[in-house]
Amino acid sequence: MRYESPTTVEAAVTLLANEAGKAHILAGGTDLLVRLRSGFIEPDLIVDLKRIDALKSITMESDGLRVGAAVPSAMLNEHADAVAGWPGVCEAAILIGSTQVQGRATISGNLCNASPAADSVPAMVAARAIARISGPQGMRDVPVEEIATGPGKTSLAKGEFVDSILLPKRAPGTSDAYLRFIPRTEMDIAVVGVGICVTVDKTGTCTAARVALGAVAAKILVVEAAAQALIGTKGDEAALNALAAACSAAATPIDDKRGTVAFRKEIAGTLAKRAAKIALSRAEKNL
Amino acid sequence: MPLDRDPADRTYKVVGHRHNRPDGIDKVTGRAKFGADLAAPGLLHGRILRSPHAHARIKSIDTSKALALEGVKAIVTAADFPDHPQVLEDGELTNIRYNVMAREKALYDGHAVAAVAASNPRIAAKALKLIEVDYEVLPHVVDVELAMKDDAPILHDHIRTEGMEDAPDCPTNVAERIELGYGDVEAGFAEADVVIERQFRTGAAHQGYIEPHACLANISGDGSGDLWCCTQGQFMVRDVCAQLNGMDVSKLRVTPSEIGGGFGGKTTVFIEPVAVALSRKAGKPVKIVMNRGEVFRATGPTASSAIWVKMGCKRDGTITAAQAELKYQGGAFPGSPVSMGAMTAFACYQPKTLKAIGWDVVTNRPKQAAYRAPGAPMAAFAVESIVEELAHTIGMDPVDFRLKNAATSGSKSAYGPTYSDIGLVETLEAVKAHPNYAIKLGPNQGRGVASGFWFNFGGQTAVTLNLNIDGTVALSVGTPDIGGSRASMCAMAAEELGIPYHHVQTIIADTGSLGFNDVTDGSRVTFASGLATIEAARNAAKVLCERAAKIWGIPADAVTWENGCAVPAGPNAGEFPPMTIKELAKKAGETGGPIAGHFEVSADGAGPSFATHLVDAEVDRETGRITILRYLIVQDAGKAVSPAYVEGQMQGGAVQGIGWALNEEYIYNDKGVMENPGFLDYRVPVASDLPMIDTQIVEVPNPGHPYGVRGVGETSIVPPLGAVANAVAAAVGARPEELPMSPPRLLKLMKEQAQPLAAE
Repeated sequence: MRYESPTTVEAAVTLLANEAGKAHILAGGTDLLVRLRSGFIEPDLIVDLKRIDALKSITMESDGLRVGAAVPSAMLNEHADAVAGWPGVCEAAILIGSTQVQGRATISGNLCNASPAADSVPAMVAARAIARISGPQGMRDVPVEEIATGPGKTSLAKGEFVDSILLPKRAPGTSDAYLRFIPRTEMDIAVVGVGICVTVDKTGTCTAARVALGAVAAKILVVEAAAQALIGTKGDEAALNALAAACSAAATPIDDKRGTVAFRKEIAGTLAKRAAKIALSRAEKNL
Repeated sequence: MPLDRDPADRTYKVVGHRHNRPDGIDKVTGRAKFGADLAAPGLLHGRILRSPHAHARIKSIDTSKALALEGVKAIVTAADFPDHPQVLEDGELTNIRYNVMAREKALYDGHAVAAVAASNPRIAAKALKLIEVDYEVLPHVVDVELAMKDDAPILHDHIRTEGMEDAPDCPTNVAERIELGYGDVEAGFAEADVVIERQFRTGAAHQGYIEPHACLANISGDGSGDLWCCTQGQFMVRDVCAQLNGMDVSKLRVTPSEIGGGFGGKTTVFIEPVAVALSRKAGKPVKIVMNRGEVFRATGPTASSAIWVKMGCKRDGTITAAQAELKYQGGAFPGSPVSMGAMTAFACYQPKTLKAIGWDVVTNRPKQAAYRAPGAPMAAFAVESIVEELAHTIGMDPVDFRLKNAATSGSKSAYGPTYSDIGLVETLEAVKAHPNYAIKLGPNQGRGVASGFWFNFGGQTAVTLNLNIDGTVALSVGTPDIGGSRASMCAMAAEELGIPYHHVQTIIADTGSLGFNDVTDGSRVTFASGLATIEAARNAAKVLCERAAKIWGIPADAVTWENGCAVPAGPNAGEFPPMTIKELAKKAGETGGPIAGHFEVSADGAGPSFATHLVDAEVDRETGRITILRYLIVQDAGKAVSPAYVEGQMQGGAVQGIGWALNEEYIYNDKGVMENPGFLDYRVPVASDLPMIDTQIVEVPNPGHPYGVRGVGETSIVPPLGAVANAVAAAVGARPEELPMSPPRLLKLMKEQAQPLAAE
């Protein structure tokens, strides 16, 4: 196994593209090292992104906030603009693992690990985040929900990697929230995760919404019916119940060691209601 | 051993005060050497091939390809553990041999089938993949009640139910039936005004020690050798490993490392005999370190259980009848702690009539190992649930109800013997007087109480104390320190010799340096090694007095030991200034040679410890998630030698019990394969899950120890399961009958029992 730590994106692409064997990206390493040590993967090449300066920064661009692939969750949560503008994404990122893990774990890594239970991904999907991919053919931007194609599988081609994530600029009256259910308080994997992003007008009426569920299907689910249940309402009890029902109906979870089908479907609705209330109240403050 | 004097009147200079533990700095700085920290020149790395099947006949094992791999130095299978006579005549040793290396059949997912020693870990891992095992997969059973059925898959053809006169002569998974009790329970129930019965279930919980099993064996060409390992008992390891490998016990020296938690799970062997066999075959040192998956799949969790309890009481609270049927599965071999469950179930009370039946059952799960008060927590969960419900039903305060029925000093215990001085009543009264008992609860919050009992143990113990040239003391004990016991040994030796705490250094000696000691179990160490330490120090003091007498030219019995000095016993002995331990140590060579004291004993009189726990919990009614808001432990320590470590034991036991109650359990799929062999999905509580665990030590001196010490390590895990269940029942108005109370289970319970229980 070779370990490389290039200092430019181009060098990283070249290393990945030229590797004949199995190549893996190391950002925070909080998933990769665990899988490596437990024998799940046997890489021929590991390319560490943490020496590439451009990937270690958070930058305000004209169309949003760009978060480099080597930015850990803890750093994202120390960035005032990030926390003020995208509280749902930030609170999802700071739920990953433990305090120690958050000092390393990145949202790009969380995305590319392609776990259906990833915490930051439903929040990013709700926020319509865009992944920037670098590869042998150059650069391309794709919505984050197109990265994972199934548990552990991504749409990235050989030589490609996510170098950063753009959190698109928000209209006034927009905010988001993320909630997950775990039996403990930390160090756990979401049994259900819900990311919700809403926009409200001056009357407090919801004009746009996006609802994403984690851990209840093979991929992150975008529940359009749940969004429609909110739009045109002020988040009254009936609307929230309709939202919950839509989420429970959309969820197609499995019975496993973390929860039953019935439990996960119900909790998807319960958490969606709670997350929607938080997102709506945050959005009103952003008018 | 009688009390020297009334401990309540004694003023201690060292004992009972708070001291830094001697192992503390090394542990927090990473200098302490644990099981995996030893290396040796020419070291080989051992790995174990484990069965992927819950139950399978091993038709053949072909190791030729693995042996041909460059760097592979030795492979062992069951064939390397032949039928030595000393093994065959000991049933438990035969079971241990089968458990450490499968023979004929693999009995559970993770059962060892072969082991490799190679020049590095990667080659060892590669070699495992080259070993070809031909399995015939057999039907399996992991549930205790299913395993008891007539048509259940049978694990062992030779098992017949012991303890049953009319047991049929055909193979069964029910290894033993036990029964105890007194009086006529039917008459007792007839006398009762209220009778409640329920069926409970508990999951299998693992001890969850942070340090995985690790050892290094180094067997020489002459057949003698060394073994270094993390264990709760080096002498047990020596005796078992030597016998399984057909060695004289004298040929194997075992040195215990620091231990990163044991909780009973390290009172047996798993990899140690295998490392010895590999080292002997390869002619080189061999190290084996388990990973966490191996720890879960192949070491001993405790039993899972199905427990039925029926109790009746009169309106005034008198318990007239107590009945229980306990079914424990202890994994693939007989020996579940069901008898302990039956004996402890009602040990806190004095029911007028009692009947308890226990069933020891084998299933396709790893062989259970001791876990902190083995067998008691699940029985207490069932009984304390019913006790709380009885109290509510007759409208009596649950602490008053317990006080009304509490076992007291001099009362006859539910399991037979008469209690000496015990402190259950004191713990109940302290709980009632505690501010936590009066705090007003909010919505969806509930309060639960539970009491618990553990026997405690004494056992074989040997201690040696040597005086150094500067008057400091080297103390050797044979019981690995799993809870701060070295600090307590230092304190007791210092107390007796009248020297400062830090003048005593305590080590855990290897098997070549000290007489036999039973393992660290049964909460016995501070009691038994402590007692032996005190007596060894007194023996040394006697020698010191003799030396002073020799110097002064007076009879030895005219000298006594006071405050670290030899002094004339009285005015008739003569006028001599006190002679310090330092002066006597310096002159030892001229006065008769090295000064030492030792003591060997089979310690009796380990007084039981009782505790009462008080919990406030809050339930999220929409998700079934439970938050522990407040937690109070009151426990009788007899005499707390090191109060901080007594509190630590109390808190640690409570935390493990809370984990067992809330989320910890072995989860199996339909193939009998464990689904959660890691800390991600085997959910022990993390620090942020818990409030500060409040502690209050009660001291009712144990008449069996010179200072009144009684063990405290195990009792603390007995009440939490019931206490948490009682708090949750009070919060939601439905009684949890199955542990863990994981959120899916609790949400389902709340849905199914929309009608709140009449009494709660």
